[in-house]
Amino acid sequence: MSPHRRKIRLLQEIPLLIWLVLVWAVLWQDFSPGTLLFGALLALAVTRVFYLPPVQLSGRFNVPRAALFTLEVLSRTAWASLQVTWVALVQGPKVRNAVLRVPLRSHSDLILTAVGHVSSWIPGSMVVDVDRSTSTLYLHALNVHTPQDAAKVRADVRRIEAKLILIMGSKAEVLRLKAEKAEQAGKVQA
Amino acid sequence: MTAENWDSVVDVASGILLAAGALLSLGAAIGMVRFPDLMSRMHAASKPQVLGMFLVLVALGLQLRTWVVWPVLLLAWLFQLLTVPISAHMISRAGYRTKHRHPELLSEDELAAVVAKAGEKKTAE
Repeated sequence: MSPHRRKIRLLQEIPLLIWLVLVWAVLWQDFSPGTLLFGALLALAVTRVFYLPPVQLSGRFNVPRAALFTLEVLSRTAWASLQVTWVALVQGPKVRNAVLRVPLRSHSDLILTAVGHVSSWIPGSMVVDVDRSTSTLYLHALNVHTPQDAAKVRADVRRIEAKLILIMGSKAEVLRLKAEKAEQAGKVQA
Repeated sequence: MTAENWDSVVDVASGILLAAGALLSLGAAIGMVRFPDLMSRMHAASKPQVLGMFLVLVALGLQLRTWVVWPVLLLAWLFQLLTVPISAHMISRAGYRTKHRHPELLSEDELAAVVAKAGEKKTAE
């Protein structure tokens, strides 16, 4: 091992280890102690041999919000699938798209990855490029003809990010988000 | 309700789910034929892999009629969810930087300048 590698504490690794043991048990369709023990040994071996930088978890996870968000994403995926089919049928070769720059609020790798994934699941938007240093996503969006369409796509991605921050962002990020919302509400009133 | 009744309810439900999943694939196929370039086709192509896969896997779970398969099906879907955006991203990222970028199809492009600048830096070095 090179000396540059940061040492990971076992505590930080535990979510990953539990997940690997679960995958192992599910693949064998067997949750007996023997399988779990062997899975744990394998998980340890795998995380030692295939070293990855640790995912920085924020330490909070809001389960009800996550459940609601899952339902919302599923229903939006269903609706967007219909829309993409409709665009294919009606516009077809005449469709116009856009590559849009969406700066995110959060600088956490986890949130950046999650926002990228969720916006890719929903048909009609796709991540073309990521600038990790500035936490910016470049999205290819289908059926964007006017600047208004583009603004809608950008606002949508920012809304997804806000929801993900409320689910699993750090406390500081949640506070910043609340301050931003309060400021916007103030502007609307004024 | 008797067991037989339940059986046919499950059969009908999984039939509907399978058909819906297949319809998503049909929509994707129409998109592949109709859309003009790689990027817009990717939108159509990655569509059945999320929702269509979900519907077909639920139908499978209903038909197999044992609870043991549900975790496996969930795992299959989760891995699909994790990998689909990445493959779509890699293809479109590569496509954007090659002949597959069609500026005439874009109403707005906020990445072109960034990529051009990065290219200039490289040649200067």
